[in-house]
Amino acid sequence: MSRRLSEVFLQAKSANRAALIGYLPAGFPTVDASVELMNAMIDAGVDAIEVGLPYSDPLMDGAEIQFAVDLALTTGTTTDVVLDVVGRLDGTRAAVLVMSYWNPIERFGVERFAKHLAAAGGNGVITPDLTPEEAGSWLTATRAHGIDTIFLVAPSSTDDRISTVVKNTSGFVYAASTMGVTGARSQVGAGAQALVARTQMATDLPIAVGLGVSTGAQAHEVAAYADGVIVGSAFIRCIRATPDLPAAICAVRALADELAEGVHR
Amino acid sequence: MPTSESAVTSGHFGPYGGRFVPEALTAALDELDAVFRSAIIDPDFIAQLTQLELSYTGRPSPLTRADRFAVHCGGARVYLKREDLNHTGSHKINNALGQALLTQRMGKTRMIAETGAGQHGVATATAAALLGLECTVFMGEEDTRRQALNVVRMQLLGAEVISVTAGSRTLKDAINEAMRDWVATVERTHYVLGTVTGPAPFPEVVRYFQAVIGREAREQIQLAEGRLPDAVVACVGGGSNAMGLFSGFMDDPSVQLRGYEAGGDGVETGRHAARFAAGSPGVLHGTRTYVMQDEWGQTIPSHSISAGLDYPGVGPEHSWLHDSGRAKYEPVNDDEAMDAFALLSRTEGIIPAIETAHALAGAIRVGRELGSDAVIILNLSGRGDKDVATAARWFGIGAPEGIEMVEGR
Ligand SMILES: Cc1ncc(COP(=O)(O)O)c(C=O)c1O
Repeated sequence: MSRRLSEVFLQAKSANRAALIGYLPAGFPTVDASVELMNAMIDAGVDAIEVGLPYSDPLMDGAEIQFAVDLALTTGTTTDVVLDVVGRLDGTRAAVLVMSYWNPIERFGVERFAKHLAAAGGNGVITPDLTPEEAGSWLTATRAHGIDTIFLVAPSSTDDRISTVVKNTSGFVYAASTMGVTGARSQVGAGAQALVARTQMATDLPIAVGLGVSTGAQAHEVAAYADGVIVGSAFIRCIRATPDLPAAICAVRALADELAEGVHR
Repeated sequence: MPTSESAVTSGHFGPYGGRFVPEALTAALDELDAVFRSAIIDPDFIAQLTQLELSYTGRPSPLTRADRFAVHCGGARVYLKREDLNHTGSHKINNALGQALLTQRMGKTRMIAETGAGQHGVATATAAALLGLECTVFMGEEDTRRQALNVVRMQLLGAEVISVTAGSRTLKDAINEAMRDWVATVERTHYVLGTVTGPAPFPEVVRYFQAVIGREAREQIQLAEGRLPDAVVACVGGGSNAMGLFSGFMDDPSVQLRGYEAGGDGVETGRHAARFAAGSPGVLHGTRTYVMQDEWGQTIPSHSISAGLDYPGVGPEHSWLHDSGRAKYEPVNDDEAMDAFALLSRTEGIIPAIETAHALAGAIRVGRELGSDAVIILNLSGRGDKDVATAARWFGIGAPEGIEMVEGR
């Protein structure tokens, strides 16, 4: 287990706020730009960065993230490149996570991936299509290298499932706010709060809510009941709306500022 | 060695299969698993399914001896298992009706499906119409063009067809899109997966409903020949018609199981759908199986003249049968398949689906290999009406004045 993530959540808690976690795919819109954009997010006060590993078949993602990872793949963002991006982020000021579908990790080599990620300064991995039942070798490898394994709970998860999931999770639990794919929504799923409450019954781990959060107001609403707030598609949308990298950096900073303000209780 | 019984341990087939899905779908897959297991031991369910097979699908499908075609198969005795004569024109209806009954049993009111050739989409739309369920079908844009007839059929049956423009715009992308819909609508929606792949329990569920093919064929060949066949032959997209036929002979070691995947322009060109010839074990669409992937685990888009075989993954049980050596798989290129397509049409008066044509080419190879004493059953998985435009283009047959040809690829 990496201590980095628990530190981040503890620090946020002692400042009476939720932790803010920002997602961006490595290689979007280019490899170098993605590094700059993520470091800008860290400057603006994001507590943890989720580096997306682009995958050809992102079946849990909506249109915004599909667009971004498609572009990242066409610019040659391989697993090696993603690990390199991880190493170029300012890990002293934020925890660094990777978000990856399972096949690229399996193909890279489960043990090898955990080892290389640790060497690059990564602290944990979110695996949206891996559940603990299929994660035997992954749990062994990540433990050996001090990498946190973040699994998801969903509104449809039974209490039994939640307890299975949290037993195998470290760092924090990812609570999917809604039954659906990633993407900004006008409202955060009404079931999110109930899911967080059910998950709290099963674990002392911090719980972060993702899917659909895009504004400071939504972040504020979620921060009232969760330990962390995860924002992804909204960053991609704001980057796509800008003409060039300097403008994108400004826009990302502004959104991260707004969200960082929002997570204060 | 895989047998019909040993197959499934918690959704795994040896090292293959399993469930690689977002947590949000776990509850729905568990529910499907429970309802499926209770249904197949419920005499009422079995009676309902059997009645539909008999009075609606038109089962049992005949086993036709194809002597004029067999001349080209080393003189072996070749039998065609006529799934093309089923209502809607392919084996896909067997699974669609079965899963539609499960949908009702789960109290759900909407079915979604992916489709490549359109046959599974048509079958699901048909079952939905019959049982009064809503239906949405996801189809890659590329496939809506080359299988335009089936798009219209689905619409006539009252289904909504969504043309998928993501990725390679074929079957793989239709599955992604169906999964995305399912996650958001799972409370009232069942995803009728059309082949023996995907997360557990789908491979087992679909095999169960297709196993009727193998059961009937086994009885029919014993009546016709007084013995078991030497080989059973099928094309393998996801692998449901093959699994249906193979499952009837799994425990008969003397019966060779032969599967034919799409070689496209040729395996050496990279434009193919030959998972066993050129893929490697990986995870795609919720299951561990052979996948066409690059060194980083990114899916490589497949290519085939046949929309139904144009898929970079394959059912996990086939991967297990492959590794264990129980079944053998070979690629068949577009041109060899189209030659077999023409040959069956002209020797037997049966226009096959282009998917099926790959199995026909396989039967020619197997017959020549095994010789004139051999008995071969080939799964004639579907009829070729949907492929007429593609075939006309391939063979350079012009459309008569006043007949509009729909553009194939
Ligand atoms: C006639 C026919 N045969 C075969 C297939 C391939 O599917 P499977 O391998 O699941 O039988 C299809 C799929 O669309 C089909 O329409």
